[in-house]
Amino acid sequence: MNLLIIFISAVLINNFVFYYFLGLCPYLGVSRKIGPSISMGMAVTFVLSLTAVSSWMINHWILIPYGLDYLQIVSFILVIASLVQLVEMFIRKVSPPLYQAMGIYLPLITTNCVIMGLALLAALKNYNFLETVVFGVSAGIGFTLAIVLMAAIREQLELADVPRPLRGAAIALITAGIISLAFMGFSGIIK
Amino acid sequence: MSLLVPIITMGLIAFVLSAGLVFAYRKLRVEVDPRLEEIAALLPQANCGACGFAGCQALAEALVAGKAETNACPVGGNEVARLLAAILGKESLEVTKKVARLHCRGTHEAAPARSQYTGPATCLAAHLLGGHKLCTYGCLHFGDCVRSCPFDAMRLGDDGLPVINEQKCTGCGKCVEACPRGLLELHPLERNIFVFCRSKDRPAVARKVCKNACIACNICVRACPEAIIMESNLAKITDWKKIPADKIAAIEKCPTGAIGRLKKERDEAEKIELRAEV
Repeated sequence: MNLLIIFISAVLINNFVFYYFLGLCPYLGVSRKIGPSISMGMAVTFVLSLTAVSSWMINHWILIPYGLDYLQIVSFILVIASLVQLVEMFIRKVSPPLYQAMGIYLPLITTNCVIMGLALLAALKNYNFLETVVFGVSAGIGFTLAIVLMAAIREQLELADVPRPLRGAAIALITAGIISLAFMGFSGIIK
Repeated sequence: MSLLVPIITMGLIAFVLSAGLVFAYRKLRVEVDPRLEEIAALLPQANCGACGFAGCQALAEALVAGKAETNACPVGGNEVARLLAAILGKESLEVTKKVARLHCRGTHEAAPARSQYTGPATCLAAHLLGGHKLCTYGCLHFGDCVRSCPFDAMRLGDDGLPVINEQKCTGCGKCVEACPRGLLELHPLERNIFVFCRSKDRPAVARKVCKNACIACNICVRACPEAIIMESNLAKITDWKKIPADKIAAIEKCPTGAIGRLKKERDEAEKIELRAEV
């Protein structure tokens, strides 16, 4: 039950993009077409899952036992960046098509705030291992949902007659704001 | 002492991770032809597709595999062709520089509108509805071509027609595809004589819908029958190289200016709005 609550909370209610405003750079940058945005969502979900696992291990096996909690930020980013690098090399070797679809997005998000945010939030909320993993995966699904929604709307916006000063990033931000407002409707489902 | 623990811990973590990365790099390295990177660095990375491949990376792969000629990239021009040939150890092939040319002079003023159009502001959408201009062959002024240009070589002029900067134009052909009315074509840079109209309307109609339309009066055909023919109410240059210099003046007697040189002598150029920027 607790896991289900974490899942729904991270996907819909406390969505990383709409609630925490994390990961806005890929959210705005790669949401022009649905295809790449799905790839980006997949890559983010993947890295977030990896982050959840590795940051929990670092935190509970190294940092907390030695009383080094204050090194969380540095060590998390260090571990995440190297792990992603490793996985990228691995994918490139093992499956070129998957690398084409997702590999190029991996280095882009390694040092994104959504990744950092997840690691720190999970540590802050004192989740156990399983909860952290569910938190990571569902945060990724939430991000994918957000970016694909945005891309679908922006594909339609391409044809709309947007007033000149609002074209490009401006209308994208307005759209993002309206989606955020819509997602606020979910708040209160879980107290 | 309290300083030592974090330093050692972080150092250890970093060391283990970097050792892992080095090991993985050795183990998992994908063998790539070293020429591939060199070639990819030479190509313009515009990914315009003018070479017929999916992008610069795809062309680089095709070049290494011997499936493309060294002059395949019209964007890079002779310079890139020469360097590519050097890398691949092949003979250099010439690239004729081509640029996009507009075949319409239906400005806002010359070609009046028949209706007000408030739909999506693209030529494609307007063209689907038949266009808002009286002339059903001419430019729609929404600049699909300008937006399609990956090299920033086009802009929409004040008169509504796109202006092509031939210095920046690389001949990638994106605008040629973008124009729903097929008014843009790639031509060798040195070609200077064109028919600036695509209207196949009957002369009486053409005269009404656009001041600068070809009205099939045959003056140009009579001036130079060996290189110009009349085809469904529209003059057509069959071979521009066959037009002798001394006949250009006679061809340019065209009453609507629908055929002639793109760039004229200097004094004249100032009077006539050029459709090319140098």
